[in-house]
Amino acid sequence: MAVQTEKMTINVTMVQAIKDALRTMLEERNDVLLLGEDIGKNGGVFRATEGLLEEFGEHRVIDTPLSESGIAGVSIGMAINGLRPVAEIQFLGFIYPAYDQIMTHATRIRMRTMGRFSVPVVFRAPYGAGVRAPEIHSDSVEALFTHMPGIKVVCPSNPYDAKGLLIAAIEDPDPVLFLEALRLYRSKREEIPSGKYTVEIGKGKRIKEGEDVSVFAWGAMVPIAMEACRRAEKEYGISCDCIDLRTLYPLDRELIAESVQNTGRAVIVHEAHPTTGVGNDVMAIINDTSFLYLKSPIKKVTGFDVPVPFYALENHYLPTPERVLEAIVETYRF
Amino acid sequence: MNITIEKKRIVDEAGNIIDPNYEKYLTEDLIKQFYRKLVLVRTFDRKAISLQRQGRLGTYPPFEGQEGAQVGSASALEKDDWMFPTYRDHAAIITFGQKLSTVFLYWQGRVEGCVPPEDRKIFPPAVPIATQLPHAAGAAMAEVYKGSKNACIVYFGDGATSEGDFHEGMNFASVFKAPVVFFNQNNRYAISVPIERQMNSRTIAQKAIAYDIPGILIDGNDVFAAYFYTKEALERARNGEGPTLIEAQTWRYGAHTTADDPTKYRNQEESLKKREQIDPILRVERLLKNLGYWNDDWAETVQRDAEDKIEQAVREMESYPKPKVDDLFDYVFESPTWTIVDQKREYMSFLEKIGE
Repeated sequence: MAVQTEKMTINVTMVQAIKDALRTMLEERNDVLLLGEDIGKNGGVFRATEGLLEEFGEHRVIDTPLSESGIAGVSIGMAINGLRPVAEIQFLGFIYPAYDQIMTHATRIRMRTMGRFSVPVVFRAPYGAGVRAPEIHSDSVEALFTHMPGIKVVCPSNPYDAKGLLIAAIEDPDPVLFLEALRLYRSKREEIPSGKYTVEIGKGKRIKEGEDVSVFAWGAMVPIAMEACRRAEKEYGISCDCIDLRTLYPLDRELIAESVQNTGRAVIVHEAHPTTGVGNDVMAIINDTSFLYLKSPIKKVTGFDVPVPFYALENHYLPTPERVLEAIVETYRF
Repeated sequence: MNITIEKKRIVDEAGNIIDPNYEKYLTEDLIKQFYRKLVLVRTFDRKAISLQRQGRLGTYPPFEGQEGAQVGSASALEKDDWMFPTYRDHAAIITFGQKLSTVFLYWQGRVEGCVPPEDRKIFPPAVPIATQLPHAAGAAMAEVYKGSKNACIVYFGDGATSEGDFHEGMNFASVFKAPVVFFNQNNRYAISVPIERQMNSRTIAQKAIAYDIPGILIDGNDVFAAYFYTKEALERARNGEGPTLIEAQTWRYGAHTTADDPTKYRNQEESLKKREQIDPILRVERLLKNLGYWNDDWAETVQRDAEDKIEQAVREMESYPKPKVDDLFDYVFESPTWTIVDQKREYMSFLEKIGE
């Protein structure tokens, strides 16, 4: 009898990994469906859902009217009625009309009905600067969501994590905001498992081990941080412990504490604005768990307290390896 | 602009059946059933106001005057349908099966007041106005997806039609032929803002034209119009014909809530004078009398039964166990995140320390 070996991995970009996660879950569960603007016939403006309408049909891959609040509200209605909708908001900067539905309903329905109704919905949204997008398209406002109890926020930086986290998000019984860094959609290819697997929500990952300075980052800032860590090692002999946080709520307190208790120094990198940014929550965790281990004040390398600029200036807005490197060196030499 | 929409009624203010098409359905049994339901909810409403005045209930939004619209429409539902009410639709949720004491609990600030009976899909009231319309559209689309014939009714007032979600919910439902009945109660005031300031449109029913769905204008104080037209709309919905907008014109005798003073924006004397003419329960009484079905003793027992049920519910509410502090923390996620676990632990031990 001939034995057929299935191909165990696929070679994909992050956006293809996202599509693979959606495909996997559409296949596995009948209660999963996708909705969003341009996701069906068009396959999504970034091709994140290409071919899924053809494969699963228009009842499971739904092109919606141009109506973010409607998309969010309808998804909530579907979710309380036993389905697992995955709603795409075309850009995170367009989520604001849906904010009311998310803040006053998605996050609260389980609590206010003592679990009688719940909302297993995933809101997917591309975000972030560095791709010369028009105004608003680059907003990175994860902090607006981490602040509201009742929703988890995840932000992968690579194809493997993107697929695993999206599958975990779809399986999560509560709302999840799934952020997709535009700059990373096609920036690299990776060999990832072809079948179903998950990455646990709430767990970060150490991507480079080091002794001297902890560097925390997520999304499109991960490669920036890694580049800075590499140069810190090469040019200054500073050994960095680089952590990709992956989940922004709930943050991986154990990993943050473990890292800082070892290095005694921390640099946090995010492209979102500094005031009320998630970096402050990382600092709070360090304060609460590891204050006496600190050898220097914690540094943040972030965007600025200005609206994300027109793209002619976006390279001045975004953290760069140079800015992160400077922060690492200053922290080390404090 | 000249859009004429006929206002539908089945029984007029004098208690005469004026639409012969429905005469055969208006049996003594049916009419008396409605009378009972109407009396029950009105008794509830008056009791709630009385309790609020005594400090035994928090701020409460009364619905007296709107019983016809709510009882009629709610009675048209099947038991597996969904109801999405507003904060004023206690008559509708009670008619559809919500426990009386649970309704009281909601207005005592108890989260338990949001939980419907196990066998009823009554969603808690959406506080941000009109946000419930897209929910109803989504829940209805899910029913179709699951292959059922269940439908959804969603309630909202005149003010809600100004919100974007009114449009987005109606639009979605009409595009996807979702089995929803959009049931509007136009009582002509959104707290203090009168209908002329709320919209330029002469009716709400005519807004249905924009979505190419049926828009039906009814006399909301005719419980039978509310019942039969809602039933027909639900049937259309179940048959895949999509949503209907029903505008039930009605009147709220009282204030927006017990914390509101309607004399500041409305002629309350006029409001009370209208009662004799338009009251939904008086109308049914007149109908029963016209048809020779009325009996004073029977009416008295109906009132007494209602009072008994309400008193029972008040007793249940007031003997309900005190709220659990755990409930603050335990229902946000299916499995609490570490921040919640930590905060609960710290707070509970703090309470223990200070002796609570």
